[in-house]
Amino acid sequence: MTELVLQALVTGVLLGGIYSLICVGLTLTFGVMRIINFAHGEFLMVAMYGTYFFVKAFNTEAYLAVIVVLPGLFLLGIIVFQLFVRPVLGADQLNQMLLLVGLSLVFENGALALFSPDTRSVQSALTFAKLEIGDVIIGLPKLIAFAVSVIITLSLYWLLRSTELGRQIRAAASDRDAAALMGINVNRVNMLAFGIGIGCLGIAGPVTMPIFYVVPNIGTFFILIAFVVVVLGGIGNFIGALCASFIVAITESLGAIFMPGSTAPVLPFIFFVLVLLFKPEGLFGMRAQ
Amino acid sequence: MTRSLAFLCGVLGLAVLVCLPLVLTPHQLHVAFQILLFGYLTYCWNILGGFAGQPSFGHALFMAVGAYTSTVLLLNFGVSPWIGMIAGAMLAGLLGLFIGYLSFRYGIRGTYFGLVTVAFTEIARIVALNVPAIGGALGLYIPIQSNSFWQLKFVDKTAYYYVAVVFLLLVLAVTAWLERSPTGHKLVAIRENEDAARALGVDVIRYKLFATALSASMTALGGTLYAHYVTFIDPNSLLNLNMALEITIYSIVGGVGTLFVPLIGAAFLLPLADAVRSALGQSYAGIHLVVYGAVLMAVILYLPEGLFGLIRALRTAREPSNAARGTTAAAVKEVAP
Repeated sequence: MTELVLQALVTGVLLGGIYSLICVGLTLTFGVMRIINFAHGEFLMVAMYGTYFFVKAFNTEAYLAVIVVLPGLFLLGIIVFQLFVRPVLGADQLNQMLLLVGLSLVFENGALALFSPDTRSVQSALTFAKLEIGDVIIGLPKLIAFAVSVIITLSLYWLLRSTELGRQIRAAASDRDAAALMGINVNRVNMLAFGIGIGCLGIAGPVTMPIFYVVPNIGTFFILIAFVVVVLGGIGNFIGALCASFIVAITESLGAIFMPGSTAPVLPFIFFVLVLLFKPEGLFGMRAQ
Repeated sequence: MTRSLAFLCGVLGLAVLVCLPLVLTPHQLHVAFQILLFGYLTYCWNILGGFAGQPSFGHALFMAVGAYTSTVLLLNFGVSPWIGMIAGAMLAGLLGLFIGYLSFRYGIRGTYFGLVTVAFTEIARIVALNVPAIGGALGLYIPIQSNSFWQLKFVDKTAYYYVAVVFLLLVLAVTAWLERSPTGHKLVAIRENEDAARALGVDVIRYKLFATALSASMTALGGTLYAHYVTFIDPNSLLNLNMALEITIYSIVGGVGTLFVPLIGAAFLLPLADAVRSALGQSYAGIHLVVYGAVLMAVILYLPEGLFGLIRALRTAREPSNAARGTTAAAVKEVAP
């Protein structure tokens, strides 16, 4: 039993790293523009399909796809920002979110029409490679995804805290007008923040593709987890989202041992409801709004 | 519009609705039924999302509670769906109260409330998939061999159309009441400025909970009708984010306005989706949602007041004298003080 629990803990931590990579972009766009990017999961879906077709076309490792998928997603983020997000920056929050709901429907169902609902996965030389520490088995692709995720999350944190661009992003986040008056090109900063948020998925796609398969509605699965993480972590709170990612993932993988049938995925949501019930001031001591 | 003219329009509209099945083909009748049912659901959504300003993305959950409660009661105990739908409505109301209480107490409102309702829908989907007693992943079939009003079973789909007309009249009455009653005014006050409403002595949480429970219960009634019309329910097609979003989209595309506005979205989008589907064929599953998404984006970018806003703008443009008078009046008002 202890080995089982230990194994579940390790799996949970690894999964938490991947969740955090997917959620940081969401938190970033939220923190800077107060926009809830409902289409975030669909951008991940695009990145995963991009990786899949790259691997099929060049018959290489999924990780190599990052050289195409990362710039591709960054660019896609910037185009979407300029065409759709920028015009609604001053609109009310429901309209902003619904615009991205519309985009997610177009992406998800467009992919369904183009690629059919078949599941697609790629084989990597590393797919079955694993480390064994005592009784605990760690799949190498998961370890790589975890390491990359943590590095990216921490780099983003560093970018926001310590670089000129980060300072500008934070300034624009705390007061758009004041930042503009201080000579910051707020539109450019917003555009870059959105591009970086989506760009993170350009890394998440290639590193998760050897672990998960891709289907057109995979975005819905990840966006639900991401919302739970972002709300639990305190909306817009970077480190909160990181911690919440681990909590959610560990809850899920530990639950898989004890829960009957395929009910374990319900645990992050139950946990979410329990926090709302018993700790209404928020997991990290701050309210959601 | 004077009172008697409005009454006349209402009677005429009702007469058209009642006579329509005589001239429609079965397929057109199917689309008309969908417009009525989803129009009904849009009004239900509007009680919470429009009046109270708490956009739910989880109304599929309340629909499913209505659909499952009545169906399980019918299949296992032979309980009439008319009673089953009341039971479903009560359950959905309680569930709405629970979700609302959790969220509003936590300070979650507006779009975040929408996210919480999504989480609950997902919980319900996973649970429903794993409970064999309510069909699990296989779902539940409602066999229909003969007509029975008491069992809400009709071989001829026209009967469902008329049930949907009655549902629509019911929700129109509730909406008209909300528009005039102090309760409705308090909900609008909460939507416009929650803190100001509270400062004026409105029990904000109580009224929001009332709106949630009313909206959820009425949605559940629609869920029962849906289940009996399609005769098959399963967790993945019913407890689905897209199902909930569809209801929201009809409401937003129609526009925020008076009594008849929420119908515009469904009356525009459902025939459009049907036309796209028949033009492209069944090989493109989900293509209608691409259309919905694109229309939703276009409406938000170019018609923030929805199609209703467009209709109003066109009407004002066609009556230049009226518009001119309005401008003069505004100018006078501006000069006056």
